[in-house]
Amino acid sequence: MAQASTIIRFDEVTLGYGRRPAVHHLDGEIPAGTLMAVVGPNGAGKSTLLKGIVGTLKPLDGHIRLKGTASGIAYLPQAAEIDRSFPLSVYDLVAMGLWSRSGLFGGIARRDRARIEEALAAVGLIGFERRPISTLSGGQMQRALFARLLLQDAPVILLDEPFTAIDAKTTADLLDLVRRWHDESRTVVAVLHDLDMVKRTFPQTLLIAREPVAWGETGEVLSPENLLKARRMVEAYDPHADVCHRSAA
Amino acid sequence: MLDLLYAPFSEFEFMQRALVGVIAIALGGGPVGVFLMLRRMSLTGDAMAHAILPGAAVGYLLAGLSLPAMTIGGLFAGVIVAVAAGLVSRFTALKEDASLAAFYLLSLALGVTIVSLRGSNVDLLHVLFGTVLALDDSTLLLLAAISTVTVLALAVLYRPLVLECVDPVFLRSVSRSGTPTHLIFLGLVVMNLVGGFHALGTLLAVGMMMLPAAAARFWTSDITMMMAVSIVVGIVSGLSGLLLSFHAELPAGPAIILSAGAIYVVSLVLGREGGLLWLAWPGRHLEA
Repeated sequence: MAQASTIIRFDEVTLGYGRRPAVHHLDGEIPAGTLMAVVGPNGAGKSTLLKGIVGTLKPLDGHIRLKGTASGIAYLPQAAEIDRSFPLSVYDLVAMGLWSRSGLFGGIARRDRARIEEALAAVGLIGFERRPISTLSGGQMQRALFARLLLQDAPVILLDEPFTAIDAKTTADLLDLVRRWHDESRTVVAVLHDLDMVKRTFPQTLLIAREPVAWGETGEVLSPENLLKARRMVEAYDPHADVCHRSAA
Repeated sequence: MLDLLYAPFSEFEFMQRALVGVIAIALGGGPVGVFLMLRRMSLTGDAMAHAILPGAAVGYLLAGLSLPAMTIGGLFAGVIVAVAAGLVSRFTALKEDASLAAFYLLSLALGVTIVSLRGSNVDLLHVLFGTVLALDDSTLLLLAAISTVTVLALAVLYRPLVLECVDPVFLRSVSRSGTPTHLIFLGLVVMNLVGGFHALGTLLAVGMMMLPAAAARFWTSDITMMMAVSIVVGIVSGLSGLLLSFHAELPAGPAIILSAGAIYVVSLVLGREGGLLWLAWPGRHLEA
């Protein structure tokens, strides 16, 4: 197999809020087509890292370089950020995945309708089209959001704790979609807590505890020593923290 | 009997004008109210209605009861408050309700101060409660223009507006239209409030936005239908309010808002989507 080209590259990236780092001096690259898990304790900066890649959070220092992501990054944030009481149908929620094609004004063509049907079928939500999103269970909502990701048809897919509070059957179904994306050579980065799942499904892992602890083959990264190191992360908030002088690349 | 319903409009031109004006207000105000409600900004509308008052008052002080002066003054004050509050809430830790309260209090105090410097309070009643029975041609044109622009703008901005309510994080990940959409929407709110204020005054203008929208919420769980229902509720309130004021010799503005309020209360009790009656007697549970 030819050496895959880099699709996301971190140059001494520090991401955070105010001036306090949540991800501290991350350096490295993700080759195109990688299936990678991001693991670490709560508060380790996993979600922050995804926000940095999507671009909703600017790095405090360093650069995140994207290559070949012109057709977009599909991003699934933690489910809590969606207003479930809004009077919207499942069909309309899923159809929003076509945004990059239809934009503000574009209509939805017949071909697009077929693709929406396909996406709904792929996540097992046929028959739910007209249901208001307020009537969906947590698992059904997650299925709908995966259907939207399918429609986005993006080369890079970022998932933030996609299987938290989701039952085993739904998790298995959605994990099949993740594998399918990997087979289609898309780059998938998922924040996860279930280490067994990571070992089974994700070849690459980034273990992070504000500072990157280890990054590479999942088997090597998730060693007992590394996990212990990650657990010792200092969570305390130091009100007298000094300015960081580690050089930025 | 039917005569009572249409004779006032066939005999009196001022009643025809009032009806046209109220229909125009309902067409723009209803859908804007629905979005305000779904974006949990109902009180924002109320606060902005107050922010318009000083602007209109300044216009009145400079040029008397002139339509352009008071419109421009009101738009100016409303847009400044809306945009400033919107920007503050987007880029600082202060939430929209708090920053809006701060700005509208500031502009209200400023307006009252200017009025007390050199104004008489008599004509200000005019500003406070409107003149729906004395709409001239230029005011009607203004109301029609505002509702036209509003309906067109909502049609264009529909997608980002909906998406920004449901899933703002997703919108930000696919498009940069979030912030401009929000600001344009606030602009529409101000425009409709200024339009409503010519007919109903600053204190009641927001009533033709929020009451029809709140009533519509009880009849449908589909956003497109909700906007349609809010328009119908607005028009019916306007019509019945004008008739009520004509036959019972009540002030027209309050009669219109009272009609809208009555429809709201009926919807609250009978509405198929979560009305009180259906909550109290839901019937036996279904099989699946």
